[in-house]
Amino acid sequence: MDFLNAIVALANFVLIPAMTYGSQLALGALGVTMIYGILRFSNFAHGDTMAFGTMVTILVTWLLQSWGVSLGPLPTALLAVPFGIAGTAALVLFTDRAVYRFYRGQKAKPIIFVMVSIGVMFIYNGLTRFVLGTDDIRFADGERFIISAGDFKRATGLSEGLGLKTTEVLTVVTAVIVVVALFRFLNHTRTGKSMRAYSDNEDLALLSGISPERVVVVTWIIVAGLITIAGVLYGLDKSYKPFTYFQLLLPIFAAAIVGGLGNPLGAIAGGFVIAFSEVGITYAWKKVLGYLLPDALAPDSLVQLLATEYKFAVSFMILVIVLLFKPTGLFKGKSV
Amino acid sequence: MNQTLKTYALFALVAVLIVGTGLLQSWNTALVILNMGLVSAVMALGVNLQWGIAGLFNVGVMGFVALGGLAVVLTSVAPVPEAWAAGGPRALFALVLGAAIIAVSALVWKKTRMGWAMALLLIAGFILYRWVRDDAVNAIEAVNPAVTGFLGGLGLPVVLAWPVGGLLAAGAAWVIGKTALGLRSDYLAIATLGISEIVIAVLKNEEWLSRGVKNVNGLPRPMPYETDLQADTDFVTSAAHWGLDPATASTLYVKIGYSLMFAVVLVVLLVLAQLALKSPWGRMMRAIRDNETAARAMGKDVTFRHLQVFVLGSAICGIAGAMMTTLDGQLVPTTYQPLRYTFLIWVMVIVGGSGNNLGAILGGMLIWFFWVQVEPLGQAVMQVATSGMSDGSWLKDHLLGSVQHMRLLTMGVILLLVLRFSPRGLLPER
Repeated sequence: MDFLNAIVALANFVLIPAMTYGSQLALGALGVTMIYGILRFSNFAHGDTMAFGTMVTILVTWLLQSWGVSLGPLPTALLAVPFGIAGTAALVLFTDRAVYRFYRGQKAKPIIFVMVSIGVMFIYNGLTRFVLGTDDIRFADGERFIISAGDFKRATGLSEGLGLKTTEVLTVVTAVIVVVALFRFLNHTRTGKSMRAYSDNEDLALLSGISPERVVVVTWIIVAGLITIAGVLYGLDKSYKPFTYFQLLLPIFAAAIVGGLGNPLGAIAGGFVIAFSEVGITYAWKKVLGYLLPDALAPDSLVQLLATEYKFAVSFMILVIVLLFKPTGLFKGKSV
Repeated sequence: MNQTLKTYALFALVAVLIVGTGLLQSWNTALVILNMGLVSAVMALGVNLQWGIAGLFNVGVMGFVALGGLAVVLTSVAPVPEAWAAGGPRALFALVLGAAIIAVSALVWKKTRMGWAMALLLIAGFILYRWVRDDAVNAIEAVNPAVTGFLGGLGLPVVLAWPVGGLLAAGAAWVIGKTALGLRSDYLAIATLGISEIVIAVLKNEEWLSRGVKNVNGLPRPMPYETDLQADTDFVTSAAHWGLDPATASTLYVKIGYSLMFAVVLVVLLVLAQLALKSPWGRMMRAIRDNETAARAMGKDVTFRHLQVFVLGSAICGIAGAMMTTLDGQLVPTTYQPLRYTFLIWVMVIVGGSGNNLGAILGGMLIWFFWVQVEPLGQAVMQVATSGMSDGSWLKDHLLGSVQHMRLLTMGVILLLVLRFSPRGLLPER
C-alpha cells in the first residue's frame, strides 16, 4: 500500500493530461455549440478551421522568432495568437459572406448547411496542407517544464515523479480566462444578450429589432477566437498536424453533444467528460493499482481497458450512451 | 436539351476523357482510371441509395469500404493452421461471447429498465471477455509474427469475398442503424463518422484478424499474374498478332479483365437499383424522404424503412470496398482516409445528381477522373505560374512541392459550386 505514490502516478499520467486535453476540447466544443446555437448547423469544417488558425499562428511565431522576439519562459506563440485569431476571423467571415449567407437567405435545411460545410472543409484542408504540408510541426519554445519529474522525485523522495509542463498550466489557465470572458460577454453585454435571444427564439429576436447579420458576424468572430486558441494550445501541448486536427472533430462533436448542443456550459462539461474517459480508459492502470493493492493482488497485465488507438471509440461510445438515454445531452440542449 | 440526350452526352464525355488519356498518356493509365472509376461508381451508387433516395446522411462510407477490404482477407487468404491451433477457436468464442454479453445487456435494459443492472452486467461481461480473449490473441499473434501472426482466411476464391464484403458491411450497418437512426439527421452523420474511424482502428489494432499495420500483401487474384502470361507461349504469339510486346499485352489483358468484372457488377447493381427506384418500394422511399410525417400518417414504418435502405446502401459500399482491395491485391489499413473514401464519394453523388442512379455513376467516373488528373494538370499550371520566378527560390520549390494538395481545394470548389448553382447535380432526379 502506497497511497502517495499512487496519487502522484495518477496525477501525472491521468489527471493532468486529462485536465489539459479537456480544456482544449471544451474550447473547441464551445465553438461547435455556438455555431449550432446561432447558425443552426453542425460545422464539419471546425477541425480544419482550427488547423488554419494554428497555421497562421505558427507562421507569425516563426516570423517573431526570426526577429529574435521571445517571451522568456513562455512560448512565443502566445504573442502570435492575436494574429492567428485575426486571420481566422477574416477567413470565416469571408466564407460566411461567400458561402453560408446565400443558404441562410434561402432558409435551407440544416443538412444542406452540413454538406456545404464539407465543401468548406475540403478547401480549408487544401489551404493548410498547401501552406505548411502534412507533417508534424512542433512550435513550442521557452521553458518546457515547470516541475520536471526528476526534480520532483529529488525534492519529495517519492519513487514516482510528477512532471508539470508549461503548456499544461498555460492551457488550463488560458481556458479558464477565455471561458470566464465568454460567459461575462454572453450574460452581461448587450451584444451577448442579443446573441442568446437570437439563439433561443429567432423570430422574437428579429421582432425586437436584433440585427441577424450582426449576430452572425459576432458569432463567427468569437468562434474564430475560441477555435484558434484551442488549436494553438493543442499544438503547443502536443504538435500541429492537419490530419490530427481534422480527427479532433469527433471528440469535439462528442463533447458538444454530450453536454447538450447549443448549451455553452454543457460544452465545457462535455469536454471534460470526454477527456477524462478517453485518458482513463486508454491508460494502463498497472502502476497505480500496483501501489494501491497488496503485493499478492498486484496485477500482472497492463490493466489497460482499451488500446490507445481506440480513443475515438471511447468518445463515440459515450456519445452513443448519452444519445440513447438522454438525447438532448447532460445539460438541456436544443433538438431541431 | 432533354435529359436522355444529356445523359448520353455526359457518358460520352467520360468515354472521351478516358480514351483521350489512353491516346495521350498511356492505355495503362487509362485503364487504371477506368477500374477505380468503376469501383467509385459502385460506392456512389450505394451512397445515392441512402441519400438520394432515402435522405439519410451517411458519412461513414470509409468504414464500410474498409469492412469490404477485411472481407477479402477473411475469405480468400489461406488459413494459418498453427495460428488456429494456438487459439483460433478461443478467439472466435470470445467474439461470440462479447456479442452475447451486449445482446443480454440490451435485453435486460429493455425488460427491466434498471440502468445499474445493465452497467454491472457490461462491466462483468467485459472482464470475462478480456479474460477469454487476451490469451488466445497473444498466442495467435506470437505465431511467426514476421510472416503471419494472424488467423488467415478461409482460402476460398477471391470473387466470393465481394458478396461477403457486402454482408459484413450490412451487419455493421444494421447495428449502427439500430442505434442511430431515428435520431436527428446530423446525429446520424456524427455517429457514422465515428463508426468509420472505429472500423479503421480495429483493422489497425486487431492483428490476429487483419495483421494490423503489418498489412496483408499478395492477396489471391481473380486474374492471372502478368509474369505467368508472359511465360505462356500462346499468349505471346497472340499478343504479337495484335502487334504488342508481351509485357504491355499482359498488363493490359489483366486490367481489361478487371474492368469487365467490375462493369458486370456495376451493371447488375444498377439494374437492381433502377428496378427498386421505379417499384412501389422506391416511390415509398421517396415519399418518406420528402415528407416523413405524411408517410407515417399513411401507415409506413419510417424507422424500419430507413434501417432497410441504410443496410442496403452500406452493403453496396462493402461490395465496392472488397472489389477495390481485390484490385489492389493488398489490405493496407493506414491508407483509409476519410477525405478520400467518405467525402470524395459524397462529392461524386452531389455532382452527379443525387436521387438519380445514372447520375451517381456518372459522378463517380467523372470525379474520379478529375481526382487523378488534377495533379498532373496542377503541376503544369504551377510550372507556368512559377516560370517567372528564379530557379531554386524557396517559394518556387514550395509551390511546386505542394501541388498535390490542390486536388482537395479543387474538390471543395467543385462541391460548393455545384451546391450553389446546380444543387440537383449534372443529371437531376426525374
